Amino acid sequence: MLRPSPFLQNKALVCVKRVIDYAVKVRVAKDKSGVEIKNVKMSMNPFCEIAVEEGIRMKEKGLLTELIAVSIGAEKSQEVLRQSLAMGADRAILLTTDMRTDQELQPLAVAKLLQKVVEKESPNLVLCGKQSIDSDSNQVGQILAGLLNWPQSTFTSSIDGTAEALTTEREVDAGIQTMKLSLPAVITADLRLNDPRYATLPNLMKAKKKPLEKVEAASFGVDLAPKMKILSVEDPPVRAAGVKVADVDELVDKLKNEAKVI
Amino acid sequence: MQHLGRRLSGLQKAASSSSSSRSFSTLVVTAGDAQAGLAPATQHVISAAKVLGNDISFLATSKEAAEKAAAYGGKTYLAEGARTADALAPVIADLQKAHGFKHILAASGDVGRDCLPRVGALLDVQPVSDILEILGDKKFKRPMYAGNAIATVEVTDDVVLATVRPTAFPPAAAEGGGGAIEDVSVPSCKSEFVSESTKTDDKPQLGSANVVVAGGRALQSSENFDNVLQPLCDKMTAAMGASRAAVDAGYVPNDMQVGQTGKVVAPDCYVAVGISGAIQHLAGMKDSKTIVAINKDPDAPIFSIADYGLVADLFEAVPEMTKKI
Repeated sequence: MLRPSPFLQNKALVCVKRVIDYAVKVRVAKDKSGVEIKNVKMSMNPFCEIAVEEGIRMKEKGLLTELIAVSIGAEKSQEVLRQSLAMGADRAILLTTDMRTDQELQPLAVAKLLQKVVEKESPNLVLCGKQSIDSDSNQVGQILAGLLNWPQSTFTSSIDGTAEALTTEREVDAGIQTMKLSLPAVITADLRLNDPRYATLPNLMKAKKKPLEKVEAASFGVDLAPKMKILSVEDPPVRAAGVKVADVDELVDKLKNEAKVI
Repeated sequence: MQHLGRRLSGLQKAASSSSSSRSFSTLVVTAGDAQAGLAPATQHVISAAKVLGNDISFLATSKEAAEKAAAYGGKTYLAEGARTADALAPVIADLQKAHGFKHILAASGDVGRDCLPRVGALLDVQPVSDILEILGDKKFKRPMYAGNAIATVEVTDDVVLATVRPTAFPPAAAEGGGGAIEDVSVPSCKSEFVSESTKTDDKPQLGSANVVVAGGRALQSSENFDNVLQPLCDKMTAAMGASRAAVDAGYVPNDMQVGQTGKVVAPDCYVAVGISGAIQHLAGMKDSKTIVAINKDPDAPIFSIADYGLVADLFEAVPEMTKKI
């Protein structure tokens, strides 16, 4: 049974990242310094959208009083914060930096910055996506939980609130794992947690009036230098096209006798 | 490569004044193998640890897994019952501080990805996710952008915390045997493992199946996933996957999604049925050994990476294929 009372004074942080849109075919720069990010369609990381949606749903159920969206990145990361606000977050904080957030500003530094925001805002819950689809690290939520010494639920596919704790279901290799965690806690969202809503035009207009605070990431006194040096970024090996078969018989024959997979 | 690893660590040994005799060893975290003993993924991680060329120790969370790990000859630490990251991470951090492990490796499965970053917070180390190749003691290749870019990275921390992509390394056979098992205590923590349910249908898991049969929007309905695709999955003992389009259309739940925002799989055989082959989807399956595409559009991008392509109506081809396999 849901018991909203312990959450009544509760605020949550939801961390969102601006990344290259999932439908874009990325191009590696000729000098191997990284992936081309100029003039490429960017959008909110899909797993972050799910985290925002979950925060809003918890608010709608009366489990949270305030949802604060936080992003770290270029000025343009305001876009994903405005989207979070249009979806239903109350206010937003942008930690600005010129560093590339796909390879230069790395999870340990990101988590240390978020730790500072947590110390300032004292939320009872931090929601993150399980990973960003650019660096694919899958680390920020876990490192943040470790820095704060808070319990964590990663790859979360369901969240339920009770008086003293949250019960979550996690997507693990073998199936679904259920765990209980006391608050405050860090939760990272898996794809299955929910279907994010679209931000409607009126809500996008309203979102423009919601507060968005900007602070320079460098002002937090956190060492932001990458501890994992990126020496080069290259294209993966190209996979050659195979053959077209005439019919099912030929396909079954090839699979049995040539590829030997059945 | 092994030679290179030894040489590099030898150089570091000369430069270091550490007092521990196990300074240059690797700790392999086998946790997550839980009840059943050592998961296949761990055998692949052991191969990766061997490339580094140093002594290998193990950390297990169940007696069964500890005994199986010890059969690989290394010292095995048993943290029985450490089933959540906030219990296991301090155990690993303390072992590192006590024994000076230079590498701590785990499979990039649920436990490794859950736990190692948290160890990174405790040791102030930036972890490396999902390594594909070991180029030196601290130099690795890892994928970004769902495998559409491969980064060569170098760790500047003293300790390397890394998860290893199992399919990138061969499985290691047990040898040596009879490593000692030492119990280590597990701290109390703020989260509690309640239960784990393996999927009720006892079909192969999407992430670990040898064969995956995946359907796209062309399947047109969830009934067709059950009636047309499922029989082929059963015949091939395959796990069923789906494209994002099929998930968005509501035909199947999103835990079946293969792609950049779903699961990344690399089975021996991947059969894409009625899937056009958007970049998003290819990112999740292009490392499969053999790729088969069945699609009625001869220009579908999926044919550009398929080993065997069949241009046909799936509603005729799939039942026929099911019958003939």
